[in-house]
Amino acid sequence: MELQTLTYLVVGLTFALYVGIAFWARAVSTSEFYIAGGGIGPVQNGMATAADWMSAASFISMAGLIAFMGYGGSVFLMGWTGGYVILAMLLAPYLRKYGKFTVPEFIGDRYYSRGARAVAVVCLIICSVTYVIGQMKGVGVAFSRFLEVEYDTGLFVGMLIVFFYAVLGGMKGITYTQIAQYCVLITAYTIPAIFISLQLTGNPIPQLGLGSTLAGSDTYLLDRLDQVVTDLGFREYTTDVRLNGLNMFAFTLSLMIGTAGLPHVIIRFFTVPRVRDARTSAGWALVFIAVLYTTAPAVAGMARLNLMETLQPQSGDHLLIEERPRWFRNWEKTGLLGFQDKNGDGRIQYSADEQANEMVKVDQDIIVLANPEIARLPNWVIALVAAGGLAAALSTAAGLLLAIASAISHDLLKGMLMPGITEKQELRASRLAMAVAILGAGYLGLNPPGFAAGTVALAFGLAASSIFPALMMGIFSTRVTREGAIAGMVAGIGVTLFYVFQHKGVMFIPGTAFLGDTPPNWFFGIEPNAFGAVGALVNFSVAFAVSRLTAAPPEAVRQLVLAIRLPDHAPPAHDLELVIHEQPPQR
Amino acid sequence: MAQRDETRAAAYWRRNLGLMLRLLLVWFVVSYGCGIILVDFLNQFRIGGYKLGFWFAQQGSIYVFVALIFYYARRMAALDHEFHVDDDDEPGA
Repeated sequence: MELQTLTYLVVGLTFALYVGIAFWARAVSTSEFYIAGGGIGPVQNGMATAADWMSAASFISMAGLIAFMGYGGSVFLMGWTGGYVILAMLLAPYLRKYGKFTVPEFIGDRYYSRGARAVAVVCLIICSVTYVIGQMKGVGVAFSRFLEVEYDTGLFVGMLIVFFYAVLGGMKGITYTQIAQYCVLITAYTIPAIFISLQLTGNPIPQLGLGSTLAGSDTYLLDRLDQVVTDLGFREYTTDVRLNGLNMFAFTLSLMIGTAGLPHVIIRFFTVPRVRDARTSAGWALVFIAVLYTTAPAVAGMARLNLMETLQPQSGDHLLIEERPRWFRNWEKTGLLGFQDKNGDGRIQYSADEQANEMVKVDQDIIVLANPEIARLPNWVIALVAAGGLAAALSTAAGLLLAIASAISHDLLKGMLMPGITEKQELRASRLAMAVAILGAGYLGLNPPGFAAGTVALAFGLAASSIFPALMMGIFSTRVTREGAIAGMVAGIGVTLFYVFQHKGVMFIPGTAFLGDTPPNWFFGIEPNAFGAVGALVNFSVAFAVSRLTAAPPEAVRQLVLAIRLPDHAPPAHDLELVIHEQPPQR
Repeated sequence: MAQRDETRAAAYWRRNLGLMLRLLLVWFVVSYGCGIILVDFLNQFRIGGYKLGFWFAQQGSIYVFVALIFYYARRMAALDHEFHVDDDDEPGA
């Protein structure tokens, strides 16, 4: 069958599946809308969390980043997985015990302050919106590349699908759809990886293949890769440090605590029945994530080797322009690959030397996107990769939109502006908020603001410097006060934004940076994307200092903190619904 | 009674913190330690075709993370039981 038809078929089938699930899992109460009624088992929740977590960036871009950064790309691998250890030990069980619907709600109660809740809502919206723009762009790009429709059309179709199952199903619909999306995306990711590993090393397990010898030789794959890249003047693959050790340290830390502080991930742990399920569920989430995250470095190394050996079949022998393989020509059309025969010898010289290099365009996304073609896999695998990329972008977008919508309807509306509304009205408001959020995200996807480029990494820095410290101190200290927490959050996110703006431009508008974006201008050589770790440090220090100077929190708050540390008597979801029904309107 | 409850809760929390600190030490050692700080030193050893430091950074640390969470969950379930603070089998909870 034609690739085009096949892709439409596979993508269409998966979309029909998501919409079908949405009908089957409609939300009928606020509890179901916000936390899926609290009845999701730990393994299912882990799988949904994995899909929620792994975005278009993980699926399409990460292996490419690693392929061109080598060892330096490890910051993403460790940073985006290690956060789950922190989440499982420091946050998830206690927040589940507290048993409410949103992250700002906990911050507002623990710091006995509507002001703190409002600051948390603002931080949440800043983090989630920067993140969701990237996802909407991912949806548009995936559509336009695989289905050859306009970027805008692709975006609209994506919005419509998310609208359907997120507005109708809320957390319940999103959860069951995400489980299906995980299955689609992991199949789409591992199949090409298994084949490419088999071809290169004869070992079907990519994680082992990367450490094996090349088929029919006794040279290790990684040694060969190191040799090929250094031949062309690139730095050795397995030891290529990203800037410096301190920067790698800060970047990894920033991604880890950012992961633990991202609200759309945290609220997933409100959906499990018991406190201990929150702990195991984090473990399952990481198992499902690790399947992709340990495969990615293998895809990266192997695809880089394939690319290098295509361009330079023998040492000193460069690829003849006429002899370019078919996948090479296909991807030139998309503008992701491009060459320029500078010296007119009819061959493509690929080199680390900017002047001599004739591969003028090698987009990192090519590593995953072209992988099935490079490995000469059948068309249905290529169609599957398209469906997988869309599943990754859609599942993350839906989770983010739910976090934004619940912050608006539950924290702003019900919590602050109109505390008297009934559950029915709140449910309607949350659906409306979700619809508005989707339209807003769609608008930003169509008209990406100047800062859309590096936003995903930035979202982590912002979550790391604002939400994570406030939550952690709320659980581990009885002494941190309202004033301390607010000052800490404002200082943390402020310092991080300031640092990013000073090097990248105010609101990323080119030309407004007041300090150049080069290593000598960086604080201890730490790049802006890695600065969340420093922001978090500032948050903790300011919060502790201010708390020392202000009156201790009331006794009731101390009791609250002591109570969330014990897993017994965690409120089940049914009681929450009763609370909503029976609570008389306040004020 | 309330006093005894609070001492018991404090003991439970201390045990939890102790376990957590030990596991976070492992978490730190495999990622920041083996994957970043000691990477050059470890790279002189190999497992298969992997340089050891590189392996920790791109594979090993992730496997250890998974093991850490399940180990923590199991030990905490036992601790909950020991202190009778389990979430479900509390009569009349």
